[in-house]
Amino acid sequence: MSFDLNFIGILIGAIMASSVPLILAASGELITERSGVLNLGVEGMMIIGAISGFALMVVTDNLFFAVVGSMLSGLIISLIFGLLTQSLLTNHVATGLALTIFGIGMSAMIGKNFVGIPGKEFPLLFVNLKESIPFLGPVFFGHSIILYFAFGLPFLTNYFLKKTKTGLIIRAVGDSPTSASNQGINVTLVRYSCILYGGAMCGLAGAYLSLIYTPQWIENMTGGRGWIALALVVFATWSPIKVLIGALIFGGITILQLHMQAVGLRIPVQLLSALPYIMTIIVLVVISRDSRKIKLNTPTSLGQIFYKEK
Amino acid sequence: MIKVEKRNNVSRSIYFLTPVLAIFLTLFGGGIIFFILGFNPIEALKFFFITPISDLYGLSELLVKATPLCLIAIGLSFCFKSNNWNIGAEGQLIFGGIVGGGVALIFYNHDGFYVLPIIILSGAIGGMLFAMIPAILKTYFNTNEILVSLMLVYVAKLLLDYLVVGPWSNPEGFNFPETRQFSEPARMPILFDGLRIHAGIFITLITVFLSWIILYKTYLGFQIKVSGLSLKTAKYAGFKGKTMIIIVFMISGACAGLAGVGEITGPIGQLHRNISPDYGFTAIIVAFLGRLNPIGIIFASLIVALTYLGAETAQIFLQVPKYTGQVFQGMILFFLLGSDYLLFFKIKFLGLKKNEL
Repeated sequence: MSFDLNFIGILIGAIMASSVPLILAASGELITERSGVLNLGVEGMMIIGAISGFALMVVTDNLFFAVVGSMLSGLIISLIFGLLTQSLLTNHVATGLALTIFGIGMSAMIGKNFVGIPGKEFPLLFVNLKESIPFLGPVFFGHSIILYFAFGLPFLTNYFLKKTKTGLIIRAVGDSPTSASNQGINVTLVRYSCILYGGAMCGLAGAYLSLIYTPQWIENMTGGRGWIALALVVFATWSPIKVLIGALIFGGITILQLHMQAVGLRIPVQLLSALPYIMTIIVLVVISRDSRKIKLNTPTSLGQIFYKEK
Repeated sequence: MIKVEKRNNVSRSIYFLTPVLAIFLTLFGGGIIFFILGFNPIEALKFFFITPISDLYGLSELLVKATPLCLIAIGLSFCFKSNNWNIGAEGQLIFGGIVGGGVALIFYNHDGFYVLPIIILSGAIGGMLFAMIPAILKTYFNTNEILVSLMLVYVAKLLLDYLVVGPWSNPEGFNFPETRQFSEPARMPILFDGLRIHAGIFITLITVFLSWIILYKTYLGFQIKVSGLSLKTAKYAGFKGKTMIIIVFMISGACAGLAGVGEITGPIGQLHRNISPDYGFTAIIVAFLGRLNPIGIIFASLIVALTYLGAETAQIFLQVPKYTGQVFQGMILFFLLGSDYLLFFKIKFLGLKKNEL
C-alpha cells in the first residue's frame, strides 16, 4: 500500500513540474493584462527564453547565467512589443501575433547549432527528503528552485496587486487609463514596466522547459504552452490564485495523458494529446458563459490603445 | 529636436505607401541579421529574394505558394475588417483538407468530371464548419474567439495525424503516415507541363473578385465595415451582430478550407502529416500587409510567398534553417504596424514653421 501511495506522490510531483511553465508565463501575462495590455506574444517570448537559456548554459556552462539570461532575453524581446504598442500605438493583437511568429523563427535560427546537444543536470533541492518520506516526499521535495519560486509567485502576485500601492496603480491604469493619467500617473511607463515583467517571466518559463523539464533544445519545443497560458489568464478571471489552480489542472491533464499512453489504453494517442486543447475550449466556454462574471474582473481597458494628447 | 503632431485626416497615398516602406525596412533588418550571422548581407539577401524567382520554375513556385496564402488572407480580411480575430485559419485549412481528402478517397475509383468539384466543395464546407465552432461559441457563449480558434488548430493537426497513421493510411504504403495518392480525376489540372502551377489559382482569383463585390458593393460588406469602425454605430443602426459574426467566420473558414483542398489535390496529391507549412498563420501577415484590401492582398501574397521560397533557397545555399522565413514574416508585420504611426501622426523637425493644432 505504501508503494501505491508513494507512486501517487510521484505523480503529483510530476503534475506540479509540468504546470511550472504555465504558472510562470500566466502570472507574468496576468500583470501585463492587469495594466490593460493584451500581449499575445507569450509563445514567442517563451521560446526565445527557452533557446537563450539553453544556449547560455552551453556557452557559459553556468546555470545561473542561463536562467538570468533567459529572463533578460524575454524582457528584451517584449521590449519590441512595448515600443510598438506603447510608443507607436499599434494594435495589441496583431503585434502580439507578429511577436510569436518572429520569436519562433528567431529561436530556430539561433538554435540551429544547439540541436542534439545534451542538457546539463539542474540541481534539485532536498533530494534525500524526497526519498526518505513516502508520499509527501516526492510531492514537496526534490524539485528545482524554479518550481518553488513558481508556486510562491501567484501568492506574491496576489499580495502585490491587492495590498501594495504599485499594485493599485497597475490596476488603476488597466481599468481607467484616462483617470489614472489625470491623477498624474505615467500610464505609458506603467504599461512598459508590466510588459517587460511579463516578458521576463515568459523567458523564465521557457528556460524551465529547456533547462529542467526536458533538458535539451528542440525546435518549437514550447508546443502551444504559451497559448494555454494565455487561456489560463482568462480561465482565472485575472486572479493569480486561480492561475495556480488552473495550471495544476492542465498539468494534471498532460501527465494523465502521458500515463494513459504508457499504460496502453485502447484510445488513440492523438485523442489523448488533444485533451489539453479540448479541455481549454470547454473550460473557456464554461467560464465565459456568464458575461457579467467576466466583465466584473476583466481589466476594462484591456487591449485598447491609450494616447495622451500633449 | 523633433515634434510629433496628430494628423487631422489620414492620407490615402501614405496608407498604401507604408507597406512598401515596411518591406524596405524588413530587407534592411534582414541584412543586419545576416551580417550578424557572418554572411555578406547583399549576397544573402540576393539568395533570399532574387535567386528563387530568376527562372520560370521559380516564378511558378511563387504562384503555387501565393495561391493558398492569397485565398486564406482574403477570407481573413472579412473577419479582421469586422474586428473578429480568427487566428485559427491553419486549423480550418487542415480540416478542409481532411474533409476534401476523405471525399477524394471515397471517390478513389470514380472517373468523372464531377469528382474534383465535389472534393473542392466538400473541402470548403469542412473549413466553413470548423470555423463556425469559434463563431458560435463567441456569439452564444461569449467565449474568446482568439483562443478557441487557436486551440482548434492543434486539434485539427492531431486529427489529421490520427487519420493518416490509422484508418486512412495507404494499405500498400508500408505503414508510412500517408494516404494513397489520389486518382487523376481528383487532382487539380496542371497549367503548364513541367511546372507545378495548378488550376487552384483560378479559384483564388475568382474568390478575390467575389470578395471585392461583397465588401464594396453589398449591404453585408457595408455592415462589416461599419462594425469594424464602431460597434456602437453598428448597434445603433440595428445590424444583427451575431449573424454577421457567424457569416464572416464562415467565409474565412470556407476560404481556408478551399486553400487546404487546393493543396492536397494540387501540389501534394495525398494526405500526410504536414499538408501546410503554416500557411494559415502566415496569411494573417498577408492580410495586414495587403491592408485588408483584395487587390492589396494579391500583391502581399506574392511578397510573403517569396519569403517561403527565399527560406528554402537560403537553407540550401547558406545552411540557415527554413524558419528564417518566419523571421522575415515577423519583421514585415512589426515594421508595417510600426510605420502605421505615420498615418496618424506627422513628424516635424523643429525650426520649420510651427502649426498649432
